[in-house]
Amino acid sequence: MKKILSKAYWADRDVEKLVGLQLRYGVIISSLMVLIGGAFYLFGYGRMTIPDYTQFIGEGPGYTSVKGIFAGVANLQVKEFIQLGVLFLIATPIFRIAFSLFAFVLEKDKLYVGITLLVLCVIFFSMFGGLKV
Amino acid sequence: MSILTFTIILLIGAYFAGLLGSLTGLGGGVVIIPLLTLVFHVDIRYAIGAALLASIATSSGAATAYVKEGITNIRLGMFLEIATTIGAVIGALIAVYTPTNTIAMLFGGILIFSAAMTLRKKNQEASHEGSKLASLLKLNNSYPTKDGEVSYKIKNVGAGFSIMTLAGIISGLLGIGSGALKVLAMDATMRIPFKVSTTTSNFMIGVTAAASAVVYLQRGYMDPGLAFPVILGVLAGAFTGSKLLTKMNPKALRIIFCVAISFVAIEMIYNGYNHKF
Repeated sequence: MKKILSKAYWADRDVEKLVGLQLRYGVIISSLMVLIGGAFYLFGYGRMTIPDYTQFIGEGPGYTSVKGIFAGVANLQVKEFIQLGVLFLIATPIFRIAFSLFAFVLEKDKLYVGITLLVLCVIFFSMFGGLKV
Repeated sequence: MSILTFTIILLIGAYFAGLLGSLTGLGGGVVIIPLLTLVFHVDIRYAIGAALLASIATSSGAATAYVKEGITNIRLGMFLEIATTIGAVIGALIAVYTPTNTIAMLFGGILIFSAAMTLRKKNQEASHEGSKLASLLKLNNSYPTKDGEVSYKIKNVGAGFSIMTLAGIISGLLGIGSGALKVLAMDATMRIPFKVSTTTSNFMIGVTAAASAVVYLQRGYMDPGLAFPVILGVLAGAFTGSKLLTKMNPKALRIIFCVAISFVAIEMIYNGYNHKF
């Protein structure tokens, strides 16, 4: 445990390289999820006529909340599975910030630990601040 | 039209949007909005939702390469992200109270501005004079070139921060990365070398887009039926674009595309003015 928390351990592995990998895998995994969900979506709904996208109605709760998306995926709904990929894609850059926070903590850079926390707070505020109106 | 036909056409369209966005340096999200609204007559709100996802996908995908080369200035990006994320949240908030016609016209204006910005001459020189605030915030850094490490210093931190807030608001309001405004802040105002400013701006685009994307997702702007072909198409197009860029100098292409994009922008403004959104 002590080894994992030491700066030298991470300096060897180069946090930045790790961040790069995290971004790459984030995009790869989310696009694979979207691809798989999309293939099943076409299989199931492909022959139907397209929904009226010219009018904005907004998506139902099944596609707009984490709870709704997970409930849909648990019930094997393909559109919710695509939306899970979407959720994963949005989370990718947010995880990247969390990674940077970790790097700044190891470097004991208090100023940037503060700055990174501030950025994370803004993002969390937009998630849970009830801004959907 | 059946869902299958629509998806295939949109997939091809999104591929070219990603390719065009990558070759011109405008970003995939910017091209997807006129494609969805003008060609497919999709409501601009769904288009914004899809464009945000395209921006996150392309910026995160491209960032991998830049981070490895050590060009991106992480501290600078993180510091300016305070401005862009706050801006993005404000933008997403104002969007509710902004008529879609106004959004379409504003989008057209930003599109012309972005096209002009990509043709502009970039700052190649590393500045050796920095401001006090820049060294206080540890923003001065160096980057690798053919002739070894080049160190640079940063000026006008306050002004750059203000333009970044504006870039964030535009990004949150229109669902685009607003890379052009980010480069304007870093290149023209803070005098950062071009390579550093473009990669750092790309690093920031994903985070800025994510900050407003979480609001738009909850508002129901993101439709899985549109997200699926847009994400995959734009990613594939951007990937092809980045491969092509290493083989050719797209200067002439870039001018043609930017002129074409400006016509599209004028159509967006015209349609917005005539309340067709």
